[in-house]
Amino acid sequence: MPNFASIAKPGTTENYKTGSWRVYVPVLDKDKCIGCERCWEFCPDSSKIEEEYEGDTIFRTDLDYCKGCGICAEECPVDALEMELEEK
Amino acid sequence: MTRLEKKERFTSGHRACGGCGLALGARLAMKAVDDNSIATCATGCLEVTSSPYPQSSWKIPWLHSLFENSAAVAGGVEAALRAKGKQDINVVAQGGDGGTVDIGMRSLSGMLERGHDVAYICYDNEAYMNTGIQRSGSTPMNASTTTSPAGEESFGNENRKKNALKIAAAHNIPYVASASVAYPDDLIEKVKKANEINGPTYVQIHTPCPTGWGHEGDITVKLARLAVETGLWVLYEREEGEIKDVKKIKDRKPVEEYLKPQKRFKHLFKKEGGEERIQEIQEIADSNAEKFHLDEE
Amino acid sequence: MSNQEEVMEGSHAVAHAIKGADPEVIAAYPITPQTHIVEKLSQFVADGELDSEYVKVESEFSAMSSCVGSSATGARTYTATSSQGLLLMNEVLYNASGLRLPIVMGVANRALGAPINIWNDHSDSIGVRDAGWIQLYAETNQEALDMSIQAYEIAENQDVMLPTMVCMDGYILTHTYEPVSIPEREEIQDFLSPYEPEHKLDPENPETFGTVGFPRDYTEFRYQQFDAMDNATDVIKQVFDEYSDKFGREQRGLIEEYRTEDADIVLISLGSIMGVVKETVDSLREEGKKIGAIKVRAFRPSPAQELIEAIKGSDVIAVLDKNVSIGKKGALFTELKDELYSSDVNPLAKNFIVGLGGRDVPEDSVKKIAKKAEKAKEHGRVKKEIEFIDLKEVYDND
Repeated sequence: MPNFASIAKPGTTENYKTGSWRVYVPVLDKDKCIGCERCWEFCPDSSKIEEEYEGDTIFRTDLDYCKGCGICAEECPVDALEMELEEK
Repeated sequence: MTRLEKKERFTSGHRACGGCGLALGARLAMKAVDDNSIATCATGCLEVTSSPYPQSSWKIPWLHSLFENSAAVAGGVEAALRAKGKQDINVVAQGGDGGTVDIGMRSLSGMLERGHDVAYICYDNEAYMNTGIQRSGSTPMNASTTTSPAGEESFGNENRKKNALKIAAAHNIPYVASASVAYPDDLIEKVKKANEINGPTYVQIHTPCPTGWGHEGDITVKLARLAVETGLWVLYEREEGEIKDVKKIKDRKPVEEYLKPQKRFKHLFKKEGGEERIQEIQEIADSNAEKFHLDEE
Repeated sequence: MSNQEEVMEGSHAVAHAIKGADPEVIAAYPITPQTHIVEKLSQFVADGELDSEYVKVESEFSAMSSCVGSSATGARTYTATSSQGLLLMNEVLYNASGLRLPIVMGVANRALGAPINIWNDHSDSIGVRDAGWIQLYAETNQEALDMSIQAYEIAENQDVMLPTMVCMDGYILTHTYEPVSIPEREEIQDFLSPYEPEHKLDPENPETFGTVGFPRDYTEFRYQQFDAMDNATDVIKQVFDEYSDKFGREQRGLIEEYRTEDADIVLISLGSIMGVVKETVDSLREEGKKIGAIKVRAFRPSPAQELIEAIKGSDVIAVLDKNVSIGKKGALFTELKDELYSSDVNPLAKNFIVGLGGRDVPEDSVKKIAKKAEKAKEHGRVKKEIEFIDLKEVYDND
């Protein structure tokens, strides 16, 4: 039985993986990435994750949620991201 | 460490379309709000995509009531907090352009006029997107929507976009600002300011909609930026009635650059007489440039 | 209790009750004939006698919307309206109930336009009977005052959590001076349980309210509302009993029977009209007629089961409705008759539409109704189920 007033717990859409919607996937050239965070800033799905790569900061894609819109690739100032048709 | 606030208060898993400007706008706005906040939200894309029972994308307490009452509900929340001596909690009201400048205008006007300590955020994607791209009072001139379609006898929407920022300012409220998802730092700073200022404040965020505007999701941010760079969407603040901090434009671009990638303006480039209509839009940009002294020497 | 009686108009009596209930937020918009309630509350706030946040909204739509925000934040909330104002709230009424917010609202019952009319009937509150609100109807100013207090204890009960309307007849009660006994603030506070909702807008526990209900869950939410309204039946009785015991005024049950013990004919209605109905029963009893009356105190939840019990053994029931569903009949009549079908109680039933748009209902009119009921009894059948009482000849407006 659902609760009495259709109340939901915070942040629970994270249980829903929108990554399955994706057709194109952003592929990162880690060596090109300068860790500027623009892709993270502009991602409507909060699906960029900061991580260390050979001592530098890079942003990888969280494939659980990335819908493949391509804003990250479009906005990347150093063309480190390429949108590729995803093999499923 | 990321430069902007790391914490996400509008989380992943929401059902907005890929490349949604509104979802990006909400995500950034929530970075400007601290955890000690309560949000209301009007019916619309933002509400529907973020609160499918039993899930929620919101990390702060959030209430959706109806389409046209986000501001009035927020006023009630704020009154209750005052009654309980909890004025330290921020109240943020949210709505789309339809829920704000059209059907929600009465309740917005009342809330602003009564001086509630509420920051109102309008996510402006310039039509009723959730119901299938019908024209709103915020739809720009000559845009084709499903209720203002271009056709043999029509160039789309016949009216100029309603200036809700000016209407908000007419209530003599302490702070009014326009923002864009293409300028996250600016957006966050403005929403933060709107929250910090005691009293009613209004921020309107320009949020491109790939589905409604007819463009690929990857150029959402680019289009938002072009709207600013052409002078069609002016970024400014109005504090205590005075216009401040207008974002100047270097080498203002012709409006075609903004219009061309969008299907809603496609007819202007195909139909006879379209050129004059584009000129009409250019004149809007030019008059903005003149009014706000947009052009940087 | 031996509270001093004071003479005042019904609106002020209600305002005194609300002052004692001490809502944290009041959000209201003025409309005739509700105005004196909210004016008095405003004065209480202005004089420091009532420590409420009073939100002077720009419409009834925003009044109820602000109440939704306030109540969801965990604040006891009050508003009052009437007629067109109640209709302007309509969309928000359903929302307040669906969100399970125990808002209390005074309704100064008034007719609806067109033609515009500021006088009393029940078209307004009956028109929103499906909104998921508890509806109590007062016969007297004292009852309106008492119900305004009782309403909070009913609405805020954890098994109920439904908004509640306290309906009182516009002008007939709101603007009429009667002696009323006003409980002390401490007594009211002692009677009311504190409002501590399990769920509220709270940064310490940031829940999401007002989500999208998909076909998978929507029915269950409606069922829970339905169930809560069912629970309200017992809660109302319990609260009325506790109140009667504490304050010494007998106001028990969803209905009140008046000289029905051996009655062949029973007149049924709600609101202030019960005064003249009871007087008519008295005078007809003097003539030896076996007649009684029933007052309906709660229209939502439905009082039908109590009514059926009460009319057992009668031959004819005459239901007086101050409302009419155009194309159908009066609401109290159709709802009661609906329940009779599956019961073993089967009196003849007649519906009388009375008092629309403030038309006076004198004793003569009620006698006329009693006579028609008597006639039905004699003939053993009802020729015309619905009748408009005191209807003038339709005339040309020249």
